[in-house]
Amino acid sequence: MVNALDPQNMNSFSEASVSVEIETEDMTLNIGPQHPSTHGVLRLVAKVDGEKVHDVKPVLGYMHRGYEKLAEVRSYPQITTLVNRIDWVAGFSNEIPFIAGAERLMEIEVPERAKHIRLILNEMARISSHFVFNGAYALEVGALTPIFYAMEDRERVLDLIESVTGGRFHPNFNRIGGVKPAAGAGPTSKKNIQDLPAGFYRDTKVAMEKVIEAADQFQNLIGGNEVFKKRTKNVGVLTAETAEAYGVSGPILRASGVKSDLRTQTDYLPYDQFDYDIPTGENGDCYDRWDVRVKEMVESAKIVLQAIDSMPSGPLQAKVPKVIKVPKGRTYVRAENPKGEMGYYIISDGGLGPYRLKVRTASFSNISILPIMLEGALLPDLIAIMGSLDFVLGDVDR
Amino acid sequence: MTEVLIKVGFLAVAALNGAIIFTIMDVKGASWMQRRPGPLHVGLRGFIFPLAEILKFVQKEDIIPTEVDRPVFKWAPAYVMVSCVALFAVVPMSPTLVVADLELGVFFALAISSLGTIGVLTAGWSSANKYSLMGGLRAAGQLIAYELPLILAVVGVVIQAETMSLVGIVEKQIEWGVPFVVGGQIVGFLIFMVAATAEMMRVPFDMPIGESELTMGFMTEYSGIRFLIFYISEYMNMFILCAIASTLFLGGYHVPLLPTEWVNFYGPVVLLTKTAILGFILVAVRWSQPRFREDQLQNLAWKILIPASLVNILVTAIMKVGF
Repeated sequence: MVNALDPQNMNSFSEASVSVEIETEDMTLNIGPQHPSTHGVLRLVAKVDGEKVHDVKPVLGYMHRGYEKLAEVRSYPQITTLVNRIDWVAGFSNEIPFIAGAERLMEIEVPERAKHIRLILNEMARISSHFVFNGAYALEVGALTPIFYAMEDRERVLDLIESVTGGRFHPNFNRIGGVKPAAGAGPTSKKNIQDLPAGFYRDTKVAMEKVIEAADQFQNLIGGNEVFKKRTKNVGVLTAETAEAYGVSGPILRASGVKSDLRTQTDYLPYDQFDYDIPTGENGDCYDRWDVRVKEMVESAKIVLQAIDSMPSGPLQAKVPKVIKVPKGRTYVRAENPKGEMGYYIISDGGLGPYRLKVRTASFSNISILPIMLEGALLPDLIAIMGSLDFVLGDVDR
Repeated sequence: MTEVLIKVGFLAVAALNGAIIFTIMDVKGASWMQRRPGPLHVGLRGFIFPLAEILKFVQKEDIIPTEVDRPVFKWAPAYVMVSCVALFAVVPMSPTLVVADLELGVFFALAISSLGTIGVLTAGWSSANKYSLMGGLRAAGQLIAYELPLILAVVGVVIQAETMSLVGIVEKQIEWGVPFVVGGQIVGFLIFMVAATAEMMRVPFDMPIGESELTMGFMTEYSGIRFLIFYISEYMNMFILCAIASTLFLGGYHVPLLPTEWVNFYGPVVLLTKTAILGFILVAVRWSQPRFREDQLQNLAWKILIPASLVNILVTAIMKVGF
């Protein structure tokens, strides 16, 4: 026993330094599948040290519905109902690449008017999807009010989609060779059967002006807020190289500074006839991802306004056989959806339905970046980063 | 004995009513700012909404998970509520309408106000839930960060009033003719309000609850009446801290130009009006601001609020000695 108070021992004690390191263990925190901020049933197994996140593993599959397999036992017109439900926030956009793929295999030329209607509804779906993002993202960083504004504004756009297609979320509106006769058209009048509902142009103009107004409001209410800036600027920075390496697409990729937009790069819809910008970010942080989406809303509204002014007349349907059989072959059609690149790889053996359908969804590839972005983030940042990726679980698991 | 009982009864009823009024204010403010007609529909244009809310929670099952530390888990809500009610004891509604005019009233208020955090911490710890634990620890971290600016902001008032009794502080403001917020304590008032917002865990400092990341923070495992107690305590705390702020900085139960001999009649009305105005500011902030991050709150407290309040004390002291 050494007596610490003995003056002879004092020196050695004063020279001794404390070299005890407290052994700490990381806590495993299960975020999800039931959690308010995981947009459904995503599960993140996070290793956290206090508030600091050391390691994140996303666990998928809680919402797997087997759409690819289901598609093999359904005919082409039936599959549109299925694919509607992949990304339910923008149901209409899911139909387009699938229908375009089938049409390409059948070598059908779609009438211009049908293409324009598709384009308008596609942009409306994009706007409504970005409205949801805006509200939900504000909620995730703790602001409770903007979601109510966003939902109210989105309702105007959904009303328009409903007036044309009959459905708010799952329009099931596209047909191979064109679009379904509009819901608002009278069934008895042969003359009106192939037209948009009465007052559609006028209502759309009003609604799109409102969208531009709403985007401006969001820029002030959310983007101009100091706390929001503090929470999102320089948080979750994603460089263009990493984003491209992981197959990230859509607004997330553009926020990192890559000017990539399939609307201009492919010709699945006549986007080249319109004049619009592709907003990009500089830093690739959460703020830029939010900003790019708000700006995209404005651009989409502009496209819709132009499309209404230059709407061609003509039939809504190309001539297609009564029983749709797609010739043998394979094709891949990709499209710029609100969440990013969506593609369908269709293999047809000449039957009523596809032999195999592979769905490439944006959210699935986009969340593959999560473990890298969340390394070393704080727990509140985890939510902010996850929210800024704007994924939908139906789009991840299919 | 009767007097004590009457005082305790008054205390409980007044604090509870204050909490209910603030609940109405919060709900109405929210629905107004969010363009939501919902809260108009529960009877009398929505004004019995809190009653419906209370009845709803009372009739719900009080679930106690098996893994929790039962006695601690059960008593934590009571702890939070008692600390809120006790805080109200020193707030004077008029020179005579006060439960206890303590000589060290300010000291008592500041000491009691930090007790509630122990309830929050124990609730988080005993819940046997990782989210609850993190919420509780955040509350504890927050307490240390903002309690200091809260106290230092009040020191300026104490120096200026030369007393720690809350009645004495109000009397001093009557004597001066203007409330302290005009008479030199504007910085102290702002610091006090920011720190008090953190104390009552409201947006933008509601990290211990942080519903988007911690589901419901320290309250996650609570349900039924125990959740209700937490819920009511939050509004009670808001009501009482606003009352204390109006007493310390806004002249309490008196407004300039009103005759002081009638103060016993108009005192409570004046104090409640001032409290409600402060409360409305908090409501407006809550429904328009996102949430700070925990480390940003610490930065704000240690790098801005504490130095600012120290400078405030220095300036107040110099003014006091010099003039």
